[in-house]
Amino acid sequence: MKKKWSKVFMASALAAGILAGCGTGNQGASGGGGNSDVFKLGVNMELSGNVASYGESMTKGIEMAVAEINKAGGVEGKQIEVIKNDNKSEAAEATNGIIKLTSQDKVNAVIGAATSGNTVAQAQIANDTKTVLMAPGGTSPTVTVDEKGKVRDFVFRTSFIDPFQGTVAANFALDKLKVKDAAIFSDNSSDYAKGLTNAFKETFEKAGGKIVGEESYVAKDTDFRATLTRIKAKNPSFIFIPGYYEEVGLIVKQARELGITAPLMGADGWDSPKLVDLAGADALNNTYLINHYSNEDPDKKVQDFVTAFKDKNKGEAPNAFNALGYDTVYFLADAIKRAGSTDSVKIQEELAKTKELSLVTGVLSLDKNHHPIKSAIVLEYKDGKQVFNTKINP
Amino acid sequence: MDWLQQLINGISLGSIYALIALGYTMVYGIIKLINFAHGDVFMVGAFIGFYAITGWGLGFFPALIISMAFCAVFGVLIERIAYKRLRNATRIAALITAIGMSLLIEYGMIFIRGAQPEAYPDDVVPNKAISLFGVQINSQSLFILLTSIVLMIILQFIVHRTKMGKAMRAVSLDMDAARLMGINVDKTISFTFAIGSALAGAAGVVFGVYYTKIEPLMGVIPGLKAFVAAVLGGIGSIPGAMVGGIILGVVEAIVSAAGFSLWRDAAAFIILILILILKPSGIFGKNTKEKV
Repeated sequence: MKKKWSKVFMASALAAGILAGCGTGNQGASGGGGNSDVFKLGVNMELSGNVASYGESMTKGIEMAVAEINKAGGVEGKQIEVIKNDNKSEAAEATNGIIKLTSQDKVNAVIGAATSGNTVAQAQIANDTKTVLMAPGGTSPTVTVDEKGKVRDFVFRTSFIDPFQGTVAANFALDKLKVKDAAIFSDNSSDYAKGLTNAFKETFEKAGGKIVGEESYVAKDTDFRATLTRIKAKNPSFIFIPGYYEEVGLIVKQARELGITAPLMGADGWDSPKLVDLAGADALNNTYLINHYSNEDPDKKVQDFVTAFKDKNKGEAPNAFNALGYDTVYFLADAIKRAGSTDSVKIQEELAKTKELSLVTGVLSLDKNHHPIKSAIVLEYKDGKQVFNTKINP
Repeated sequence: MDWLQQLINGISLGSIYALIALGYTMVYGIIKLINFAHGDVFMVGAFIGFYAITGWGLGFFPALIISMAFCAVFGVLIERIAYKRLRNATRIAALITAIGMSLLIEYGMIFIRGAQPEAYPDDVVPNKAISLFGVQINSQSLFILLTSIVLMIILQFIVHRTKMGKAMRAVSLDMDAARLMGINVDKTISFTFAIGSALAGAAGVVFGVYYTKIEPLMGVIPGLKAFVAAVLGGIGSIPGAMVGGIILGVVEAIVSAAGFSLWRDAAAFIILILILILKPSGIFGKNTKEKV
C-alpha cells in the first residue's frame, strides 16, 4: 500500500511540475509590460568565467548610467532598478539567465551579454517574450540578424559589427603600416573571430594584399609555440590575431619569445587590463587594436565621461567596455523618452528609428539590420599603455 | 632549423606533462587508483606558487619549494580524508570518489577566489632569448626543462636508493606480503601521495612561469593529458611516465607544426585509444598475470 501511495505522489508531483512549467512559459510570453512604478532592467552579464572582465566592466558602466538617469528623475517618471544575473561566460547559462529574468523577475528590458555568442543564445527568448535585448558589445552580425537573414526585431546593439572591425584592420595594415602580406592566427571556437577573419581576408585581398598563412587555435589553449613557429617560417610582415585577451595575451608573449617582431593586430577582444599582465609590456610594443572608444579622444562628451567615471572609481580610467555599457543605457533611455512609454513594443519601434544619437562611443545611427553605423578607433600599445593612434570613420 | 625549434617546444611541454604523469603513475602503481584529483593538485600548486611570488615577493626556488610542501600536505590530506576508508572498497567506488574530489577542489577554488585568471609575473625566471644554431631558445624554457630533469633525478634517487623508496616498491609489488614483512603500508601510501602531489605542485609553478596564465580549471586538460602520458608509458612505471610525457609533448608539437593545430588535443586522445587497443600495458609496462 505504501508503495502505491508513493507512486501516486510521484505522479502528481510530476504533473504539478509540468503544469508549473506551462505557467511560467505563459507569464513569460506576456512579460515586458508591467505596471509597477519601477523600470526593471535585467543585466545578464559575464560576471565570472572566461571573459569576466568584459562583463564586470560593462556592468560598471551600466550602473553608472542608471545612477545618473535615476538622479535626473528616471525614465517616464520611473526609477530604473537593475537586476543582475551572472551568465558565467557560457551560452547555456546566458539562455537560462534571460529565461529567469523574463519569467521570474519580469524585467522590462535586458542588457547583455558582453560577447556575441552569449547574446545570440538569448536572442530567441527575447523575441519570443517581446523583451527588448540590448547588446553593448556583441559585434557579430548574427546578434541582430538570424541565419536566414531576418532581423531579430527585439535585439539591438551599441557596438559596430565584426566585418567593420576586420575591414578597419585590413585598411589600417595596408594604408598606415604599408604591408603587402599578412598572416592570420584566429580563434576557431568563436563566431567573433571567424567573422573578423573573413572580413579582414576579403578586404585585404581585394586591395591586392596577400595572405601568406592562416592558422587557428581553440579557446583555453595555452601552448601556441608550435603553431607560431610555423607562422614565423612564412615570415609575414603583419599578423592579424582576432581573439579574446586570455589567449591573445599568451600568443603575443610566446610570439615575441620565438623572435616574431612583425606588428600584431587585433580588435576589441584585446581590450582588457589583463592583456598587459599576460603578455608583458615589452611584448606588446608594436601591437595595435581596434576599439570603440579611447580615453584620449579629444571629444568633449568623451572627456566629461572620463572625468565622471574617475570620480566614481577612485581615479581608475574607463575602458571601452565601461563606455559601451554606459552608452547602452542612454541608447535605451533615449528610445523610451521618444516612445513616451515603457511598453516594450513601443520602445522597440523607437529603438529601430534611432538616428544620429550622440553617445560617448560616437554618433550612432541604426541601419535596417539594427547595425550601428559609427566610428572606430585604432590604438597602439606603447610600454603597456594604450595610445590613441587614429580614428577611422565609416 | 624549424624542426629543432619545434622539438624544443615539444620537450618543454612534455616535461610538464611528465611531472604530472609521475604522480598518476606512482599512485596507480601502489593502490591501483587513478587519482583524478591529481590535475587539481597541480592547479592548487600553481596558485600557491603565484601567491608566494606576488604576495610574499619570493623568488622562483623558494616559491617552488613552498608550493611543493603545501601540495605534499594537501595530497596526504586528500588521501586520508577521501581514499583511505575506501581502500577495501571496489575500485569503481574509489574512482568515482576521485572524480568527486576533483570537482570539489576545482569549484572550491572558484568559491574561494572566483574564476578569473591570474597572470604570473614575467621576471621570476631570467627571460632572455638565446640564439643557438639559428634557433631562438628562451632561457625560461631551458630553466624549466632543467628544473623538471633535476626533480626527476631526485625522484629516481628516492625510489631506488632510500628505505622509503624500497618500501614503496615493495607495497606496489604486493601489499599484503609487504605488510607481513613489517612495512607500515599506510605510511608508505601517504608518502607516495606526498611525493606525487609535491611533483604536481612543482609542475604547477613551472606551468605558471612558462605559460603565464593560471585559473581554477587549468588542471583539467593537463591532468587528462598527463593521464594519457602515464598510460602511454605504462601506468605504474616511473620511467614510463617520464618518457610518455615527453613523447606526448613532442607529438603535440609535431601535429601543430604540420598545420593541424586544431587536432592537437584529438591527437593526444587518439594515442590513448590506440595504446589501449594495441598495447594496454604501455611502453614500459610489464604484462603481469591477473592475481588469483
